[in-house]
Amino acid sequence: MTTIDTGRRLAPRASFFNDPVIRGIIYQIVVAVLLVSFIFWIIGNTAANLAAQNKTTGFDFLWRTAGFDISFSLLPWSRASYYWEAFLVGILNTLLVAVIGIFFATLLGFTIGIARLSTNFIVSRLATVYVELIRNIPLLLQLFFWYFAVLKAMPAVRDSIALPFDSFINQRGVMVPKPIPDEQFAIVWLGLLIAILGVFALRHWARKRLEATGQRFPVFLTSVAILVGIPALFFVVSGASVSFEVPELQRFNFKGGLQLPPEFVALAFGLTIYTASFIAETVRAGILSVNRGQTEAAQSLGLKEGDRLRLVIVPQAMRVIVPPLTSQYLNLTKNSSLGAAIGYPELVNVFSGTALNQTGRAIECIAMTMAVYLTLSLLTSAIMNWYNGRVRLVER
Amino acid sequence: MQKALVSIAIAASLGLGATAANAAILDDVKAKGYVQCGVTGGVPGFSAPDSNNVWTGLEVDYCRALAAAIFKDADAVRYTSLTSQERFTALSAGEIDVLSRTTTWTMSRDTQLGISFVGTMFYDGQGFMVRKEDGIESALDLSGAAICIESGTTTELNAADYFAANGMEFNTVVFVDQDEVVKAYEDGRCDVYTTDSSALAAERSKFANPADHVILPEIISKEPLGPVVRAGDTQWFNIARWTYFALLEAEELGVTSANVDEMLGSDNPAIKRLLGVEGEFGAPLGIDNDWAYQIIKLVGNYAESYERNVGPDTPIGLERGLNALWKDGGIQYAPPIR
Repeated sequence: MTTIDTGRRLAPRASFFNDPVIRGIIYQIVVAVLLVSFIFWIIGNTAANLAAQNKTTGFDFLWRTAGFDISFSLLPWSRASYYWEAFLVGILNTLLVAVIGIFFATLLGFTIGIARLSTNFIVSRLATVYVELIRNIPLLLQLFFWYFAVLKAMPAVRDSIALPFDSFINQRGVMVPKPIPDEQFAIVWLGLLIAILGVFALRHWARKRLEATGQRFPVFLTSVAILVGIPALFFVVSGASVSFEVPELQRFNFKGGLQLPPEFVALAFGLTIYTASFIAETVRAGILSVNRGQTEAAQSLGLKEGDRLRLVIVPQAMRVIVPPLTSQYLNLTKNSSLGAAIGYPELVNVFSGTALNQTGRAIECIAMTMAVYLTLSLLTSAIMNWYNGRVRLVER
Repeated sequence: MQKALVSIAIAASLGLGATAANAAILDDVKAKGYVQCGVTGGVPGFSAPDSNNVWTGLEVDYCRALAAAIFKDADAVRYTSLTSQERFTALSAGEIDVLSRTTTWTMSRDTQLGISFVGTMFYDGQGFMVRKEDGIESALDLSGAAICIESGTTTELNAADYFAANGMEFNTVVFVDQDEVVKAYEDGRCDVYTTDSSALAAERSKFANPADHVILPEIISKEPLGPVVRAGDTQWFNIARWTYFALLEAEELGVTSANVDEMLGSDNPAIKRLLGVEGEFGAPLGIDNDWAYQIIKLVGNYAESYERNVGPDTPIGLERGLNALWKDGGIQYAPPIR
């Protein structure tokens, strides 16, 4: 704005074409027109080339029978399912591994990050070695290593390791009994819901009391008791029962029960280990960013060790930790696409891989896959930004 | 204002230049000086690099024949190693001029992908390989078995069809890269490895103990494998197709790389036409009249290539079977050159 103002003052009677404001507007219009025509040209050119090559396009294939198998799926899947179902299966498998990966990577990352700042020489050195080793090896290589290491470490089907409760481990994965609740079991879910609401109410009440009287209440232990106790009470009273479907050895493998394939184990494990090394560095940087004076101030207020961390150090560290943590979560979600290389049926493997190849609709399949990753990234970003807004230092 | 005009002019010329880039593939290939050929990452006998990083195999010989016909130099080929997922995109995008990579001719591929199949270089069918110690004798015993498969192949669909048709349960593990498929099978992740039976034989030849693995007798599909080109360029399609026919025609007429020079003096009109001594069969394709002579001289005929790469005397050890010429009990057949 200032430049435009100066321009006006210097050349008040400039001709129409030399007026900086007019010129600016003209340039903007020219650029906008060029951009729009470029986009139209790209679309038109693509369509013309596809037509020239006699390629069929469109999204009608989504309602066609897929005709292939997907080894691991949270939804019912058969070869007679449709392509749009394959799309959903891929999204859910991606989400599953991403959510589990994010959860464990955060736990491990915080642990390692704090360990690296430990005064214990061995602990901090071990954490350093972990971070430097894992961070500097390409993820794809690590996934291959974990996948084939997992396979090699596990026994063949006939030599399966039997665990308690009818569970087994072999080369085809981990099999555990599958709980099958009866109809009355819905009551127990209701009990759980009531318990969760109860915990929130308890926390609110305990905080109020602390602020009013200074008396502490053991919130954590009581919450655990409520969360376990109320559903258990409902379970006993309603007379609900749970039966178990036990995995049984067939000719080739165990059948029935819940099965976790080695592809999933290797991918979740690899993503966790890899991302945790980056999160550890973020956490370390965050904690180091809090001035030593803050600890001393907290000490002089008479806060206990735990409260000092919880109320003074961590909230300030989180300001620094959250933004880079967000990008690590995004990376983990996007990196899950490498699962295609080790046979885990996530979105890229199922949809940009098999579905694209079987239908030949490259543009459609890739566009849909990109849209999913974009949506996931924006959602993660939005959630983390909301959280960041809450933990941000409020300046007065 | 001048600057703006200049940028408009540049943008316009870029637009025009890009739309005009629809020249014939043969001209592009001649200008480059080599044929860009899409192949597998390595299936012994079909296309695989040897210890000196020289590509050999039946499918590689086709690329070499194409280069011989155009450049009189069978080595004027550059190879792009492609997974089954990448192959059609690479062809459509013009990254390769021809795809010669264990690709099955199917109707949907032929009609919907904007590509054209040149012919059937190798008649194949899908089979199953299992470990000998499992004691399986028939594919019908495979219900519930874990099966390793390469992603985006007809194999993937055939296996699902076969198991569904026979009321058997199936359980597939799908990888993008063939190397991972084979490694997962070797490591015991799967009971079964399924692909075209020729490729099963080829992969088995690479195993530490090939005798520990058996290929089941059932062949569950027709897999006509052949080279593929982009659709829409008739001249290039004709060159690709008649290169393949020339290999067959030479075998049928008894012309080999060893005797092709003396055959130039043959009295047989069919041989004269094939070798370009009589008639004009190069110009309609846009290449020299001795194109077939160059192919036979530099690469050999179909039988020579077959025996050298996948025949009974090689580690792959495949009989001619369906791939014998029509007059020897097979179904390989070339239309006459006349």
